[in-house]
Amino acid sequence: MNNSVSNTARLLWAGLRALLVLTLVTGVIYPLVVTGIAQGIFPGKANGSEIKSNGQVVGSSLIGQSYNLPLKKGQETPDPDLKWFQGRPQNGLGANSINTQYKLILSGATNLSADSKVLVQQVKDAKAAVIKDNSVPGYTVEASQVPADAVTSSGSGLDPDISPAYADLQVHRIAEKNGLSVAQVQKLVDEHTDGRTLGFIGEPTVNVLELNIALKSLVTKS
Amino acid sequence: MGPVLAGVLQLLALIGALALAYIPLGNYMARVYSSDKHLRVEKWIYKGIGADPNTEMRWPAYLRSVLAFSAVGVLFLYLLQRLQGILPGSLGFSSVNPAQSFNTAVSFVTNTNWQSYYGEQTMGHVVQTAGLAVQNFVSAAVGIAVAVALVRGFARSRTGELGNFWADLVRGTIRILVPLSVVAALVLVACGAIQNFSGIHEVGQFMGGHQQWNGGAVASQEAIKEVGTNGGGYFNANSAHPFENPTPFTNLFEIFLLLVIPFALTRTFGVMVGSIKQGYAILATMATIWLGFVALMMWTEFAHHGPALQAAGGAMEGKETRIGVGASSIFAVSTTLTSTGAVDSFHSSFTGLGGGITILGMQLGEIAPGGTGSGLYGMLIMAVIAVFIAGLMVGRTPEYLGKKIGTREMKLAACYILITPALVLIFAAASMALPTPPHSMLNSGAHGFSEVLYAFTSAANNNGSAFAGLNANTDWFNTMTGLAMVLGRFLPMVFVLALAGSLAEQKPVPVTVGTLRTEKPLFTGLLVGAILIITGLTYFPALALGPLAEGLAS
Repeated sequence: MNNSVSNTARLLWAGLRALLVLTLVTGVIYPLVVTGIAQGIFPGKANGSEIKSNGQVVGSSLIGQSYNLPLKKGQETPDPDLKWFQGRPQNGLGANSINTQYKLILSGATNLSADSKVLVQQVKDAKAAVIKDNSVPGYTVEASQVPADAVTSSGSGLDPDISPAYADLQVHRIAEKNGLSVAQVQKLVDEHTDGRTLGFIGEPTVNVLELNIALKSLVTKS
Repeated sequence: MGPVLAGVLQLLALIGALALAYIPLGNYMARVYSSDKHLRVEKWIYKGIGADPNTEMRWPAYLRSVLAFSAVGVLFLYLLQRLQGILPGSLGFSSVNPAQSFNTAVSFVTNTNWQSYYGEQTMGHVVQTAGLAVQNFVSAAVGIAVAVALVRGFARSRTGELGNFWADLVRGTIRILVPLSVVAALVLVACGAIQNFSGIHEVGQFMGGHQQWNGGAVASQEAIKEVGTNGGGYFNANSAHPFENPTPFTNLFEIFLLLVIPFALTRTFGVMVGSIKQGYAILATMATIWLGFVALMMWTEFAHHGPALQAAGGAMEGKETRIGVGASSIFAVSTTLTSTGAVDSFHSSFTGLGGGITILGMQLGEIAPGGTGSGLYGMLIMAVIAVFIAGLMVGRTPEYLGKKIGTREMKLAACYILITPALVLIFAAASMALPTPPHSMLNSGAHGFSEVLYAFTSAANNNGSAFAGLNANTDWFNTMTGLAMVLGRFLPMVFVLALAGSLAEQKPVPVTVGTLRTEKPLFTGLLVGAILIITGLTYFPALALGPLAEGLAS
């Protein structure tokens, strides 16, 4: 009995030493070396691909933002600022629930099921809003034109992109609200449309933040 | 080009990349576990451990070392979280509560990486890099070690010695996982994954004001998370988060990473048992199931049945624009057929049948190709069952790789395949029967049941993905999924190592005309059939209540 206890203790001791040594290798040296190389070769990317507009950091090209008007009195959800291109719905995003000294955004999805009544309502409401917001005099949006990404929340809630179809849909509205010609705005969208990587990887995208930055400089110039 | 064609081309590119890596990586891993030489750094590590890497262990000693190392790992990770509040480098985050700390510690040590916490608001630098990421490495290395011990059981005769656990653990970490992860992490950073220690800081926004980011060692953790088929994300959104998976290319690359070791291990197996063809037969079985599942998933996701998806005009809920439906389908199948559990899209919002495919993938036992190591040993157990079934048909004592599959071997294999379904079904049934656990469900009806079934399927099979609407951060779910993870990881290992020991003691049986040729396509067919029938019979009633009911209604 004594023998088996001391054997077990010896084995656990070996296990602990193994864990500590491997922690040093994989938990200290490995991340530090990778960080060192990453910061040396790709500092911009390693630090979050921040982008600037007029010399000010306005976010990351990888992280989606909202383009809303300030909250009005008594309002719970702000209205979108229709001057700017809008991203996808972000119903999956959460707010800090612990360690609340910070105001962190919690990435995430809605996790609502394909047969969820709540999700059906969210999609219908979003579709109605997209049609209403983007139909301007002389240009009416049909329900069949609204792509799926315009009315669904992404996996991260931070999707920086929209589909080219959703960007195209917003062109007339953006032109009207900013006093630009449709052709000018369409050209801007086309310039900011990325095809699939190597022609087949992923899906074509339009980065909303980059597009809005370009739009801002176009508006300022004209 | 349409999205369907693009999806198929991505699948072909992935297969091409895996095929290129198969032989070199498989051969390399066989050398790693067969070589007599120790690297200098390894000698230092053995000195630190105080273990002689040349001592051969019989199965009980090998098992005891696995269990001791894992037990210490759980305790260490538990304490690290419980002490987070007073540790430096923790971003001022408070300590994690006991139930959640237990769940998370068990989860990472068992290679499950089930997460009942939100990464970005819960875990500081120290716990993420020196706790969670370390277990990403070593739990994967433990899995490969146990698989290699089983392969040695087949390859060796008249001994009983299965190798040295400490040597297998250290070599797997130092020679395989670390180098692959360094390269993978740098590729990810080059594409935009973050790698810094900026902690929580403010970044300006386009419309004015600031947003707060949690910056950390994301790329280094992301790399081993996929390479080691772990799956625990730095952020709550896991590989859907643009900082973990920034581009369409990184998405495909991450799928490659999580599949490459499990598939290549069949080559390692073939080399070590002295018949490459036996490795190909196992590979063919894995690849057939994986391809079949990908095809089914793409079909159902592109068809987007279900009222909400029909209203939206596509299955984009919970999916990222840059990744799209096709690549999300490949990722979802690959992550649930391995023990990874990373997600680039949220399975709960897949079509009813698509969600069912992810659940069924895990219920197969994660063997096509499965987790690092666990996939290979799981599949070899199924091969033992398949030769037994074939033996029954012709009335001959079954053999596999020159070893008799006798009563003892079959008992161990049968225990292996019974334990996980028992855990899944008992825990899921208990959760449904008790009054409060169902309150954790987000969705109602069939999908609500699927959330619970998914949780225990994922935990007991050490996957870690979720129908994440379920609020799993309750005492019940933290404790019960924790138990399911421990029992679902280590009981099967007991049976695998016992089987390995009993095989290694045998003397080989000569091949005769009556021997079932297990390297032939006929055997692959038999094996695929056995896997599908056994899993189907076990889980059909549960699947019928959840994903099938939802899928067929829409």
